[in-house]
Amino acid sequence: MPPNFAELKSAAQQRQQELSSKPWIRVGTALCGKAAGADAVIAALKSELQKRHMQATISEVGCLGPCFAEPLVDVSAPNTPRVVYHNVTPEMACHIVQSHLVHHKPAADLALGVVDAGGVMPGLAKLADHPMMKGQVRIALRNAGHVDPMDIYQYIANDGYAALHKALTSMTAEQVREQVTKSGLRGRGGAAFPTGTKWNFLAVSKQPVKYVLVNCEEGDPGAFNDKGILESDPHSLLEGLILSGYATGAIKGYVFIRHGHEGPIDRTWKAIDQAYELGLLGKNILGSNFGFDAEVALTGDSYVAGEETALMEAIEGKRSMPRYRPPFPAQVGLFGKPSNINNVKTLSYVPQIILKGGDWFASIGQDKSKGTAILCLSGDLKYTGLMEVPLGVTMRHVIENMAGGSRSGKRIKVLQTGGPLGGVLSGDGMDIALDFEVMAKAGAILGSGGIIAADESTCVVDLTRNLVAFCQYESCGKCFPCRTGMSHLLEVLERICRFEGTAQDLELMRSVGQSMQAGSLCGHGQLGFNPVSSALKFFGSEFDQHLRDKVCPTGRCNEPWNPPVKTRRY
Amino acid sequence: MHEVHGDAVTSTAQSIRDRVRKAIKGQKQKTVTVLSCLLAVEDELGWIPAEAVEEVAEFTEATINDVWGVVSFYTNFQTQPLGKHRMEVCWGPTCHLVGAQKVADQVLKSLGLPSEGTTADGAITLRYNTCLGACSNAPVVSVDHHLMGRMTPSHAADAAERLKRGESIGGGHAS
Ligand code: SF4
Ligand code: FES
Ligand code: FES
Repeated sequence: MPPNFAELKSAAQQRQQELSSKPWIRVGTALCGKAAGADAVIAALKSELQKRHMQATISEVGCLGPCFAEPLVDVSAPNTPRVVYHNVTPEMACHIVQSHLVHHKPAADLALGVVDAGGVMPGLAKLADHPMMKGQVRIALRNAGHVDPMDIYQYIANDGYAALHKALTSMTAEQVREQVTKSGLRGRGGAAFPTGTKWNFLAVSKQPVKYVLVNCEEGDPGAFNDKGILESDPHSLLEGLILSGYATGAIKGYVFIRHGHEGPIDRTWKAIDQAYELGLLGKNILGSNFGFDAEVALTGDSYVAGEETALMEAIEGKRSMPRYRPPFPAQVGLFGKPSNINNVKTLSYVPQIILKGGDWFASIGQDKSKGTAILCLSGDLKYTGLMEVPLGVTMRHVIENMAGGSRSGKRIKVLQTGGPLGGVLSGDGMDIALDFEVMAKAGAILGSGGIIAADESTCVVDLTRNLVAFCQYESCGKCFPCRTGMSHLLEVLERICRFEGTAQDLELMRSVGQSMQAGSLCGHGQLGFNPVSSALKFFGSEFDQHLRDKVCPTGRCNEPWNPPVKTRRY
Repeated sequence: MHEVHGDAVTSTAQSIRDRVRKAIKGQKQKTVTVLSCLLAVEDELGWIPAEAVEEVAEFTEATINDVWGVVSFYTNFQTQPLGKHRMEVCWGPTCHLVGAQKVADQVLKSLGLPSEGTTADGAITLRYNTCLGACSNAPVVSVDHHLMGRMTPSHAADAAERLKRGESIGGGHAS
């Protein structure tokens, strides 16, 4: 007999008390933490604790958000404030143990901020007041950096699986869908389609076998929020997934992740295993009549595998080439069964929506853009990382205040949003709100939330060449306008960057772009001209300089260019 | 973790088959497909030898052609044995904007390679990656799956030299 929910909760609370009754050190080991050297810091912490015969828990947590400050070490102990230390080296780690845990005096000079002061310490700022943290509304990221993603009890202690319990004990599937519809939640993978409507499509199908698929292909360079959620708090995705299964009558969920990203993959598997152990997956979940299974499905390296029909091909084990539609996935999907595909972020909101009600979620954001945006900030910015802000805030606020503007102090010249296909925006156009409609009108997409910013040292022609090289490399090759069009665009751009372009080249690119738009099966080809068209729109004169005057004003085009071996997909 | 890529070079065809079979059978997920088998083989060997294609075809009841079709589609699959160490340089837009080209160029020089590929002595394979996922700490390089952020050309050269000397390298920042 699996334990009932009340028992799970009290076990979780007990565990939480145990954890806080002795020193507890959390170290961020999401992708950027690793890239910053978190492994070496953990090794140093362990040996220092051992040397001092100290009892402390070291938890590997996910992404707290301020990735620029990694490695982050978050130390708490009974009767001392909980402090996050930044840019920690192995030597600093030893010093932190000594001063915070041995002398009970936080090392103020190494601190990024205090999470929980228990009466604020003089000389230590609150983490919540850091420009990057201030004004965040954390729903999907509420546990990120705080809980150990490998420990289901920590999730349960923080409201985890309470929504599932609520739904299974007091709501019908229809009522769950109603709340999701009411919340105004729209897909966060890029298309911004209303989630409630999408779920209704699947729910009406009476077929006994239906699937819900979670898309964490996330091949977009500059986007790491889906991976970030799986690395930081995989159970909120899993709970959302189980709820979506309940709401739509699906029997199984697949979490689709790109092979090679061990962090998200291992942590998701662990979450699934633990959920089975506690009766939160499998037959008769929490003693109800509802049963649901889940597993991880891996894909190889293919950007297009993130397209929903290509994703199903990949789970079936084939080349991830998009399918023709109709039939739509809600009728004929994975293995021919009705299926629904949701993004990681979208589903991670669901537990809180069910717990607090659709109206609560709908009260955040503006107009038809409800809830929050989960952003990945990267590029020439002072504060890079992962953040969650209410929809409706302006891009300028995010870039200038929260991300602190450019690292160099120079003007931000270009923003690249929504993945390579999203194209570029001029730094002068930053007054737009983060809102699906507003951004679309400005010719940009919020997409999956990646925002890459670049200062004045950037050459837009060079950047465009890079974006198109990516699109060319990643075309799946099914339709020739996309396949050959991308290669053609890349050749022209490479020529322009060598100052061998001619006046006709811009026209040539436009006509190629038109064919791609008209003749491509999926968004990759249809939107594939965006990087070029948006660059021409905002930075046309820079192209002219390369074409006419044969100079690159920033000099970037004089640097080496070693693109990868041309696509081998054909 | 899959650190050892060079092994397979010296192994006999039979032992390759044994390892491939073990990898195929040892998969965790219930939905076993051509792709999932190939990924398991890649984890085990680092590359996809012809024997693996045959084994996967047999196990999944697919044709040899189907399996080759999948191998040739996903850019992570290599049909040549890789070097003992594997270095990846990200050339995604974030990394590109903050200096990845110079890092890549330096790595090519240090390894004496004209572009992606394996050094003549079979020691190191260099590959480009479209995004290593640590964009907030760009430019990013990975060595034997350890991520290194905020790379500079000189730090990359240093990493390449240490790899050439056979030293192991952990993840972390250049600066
Ligand atoms: S548009 Fe491009 S990526 Fe999409 S199916 Fe056609 S060739 Fe493949
Ligand atoms: S991954 Fe460490 S704070 Fe973002
Ligand atoms: S673009 Fe280089 S790590 Fe993402």
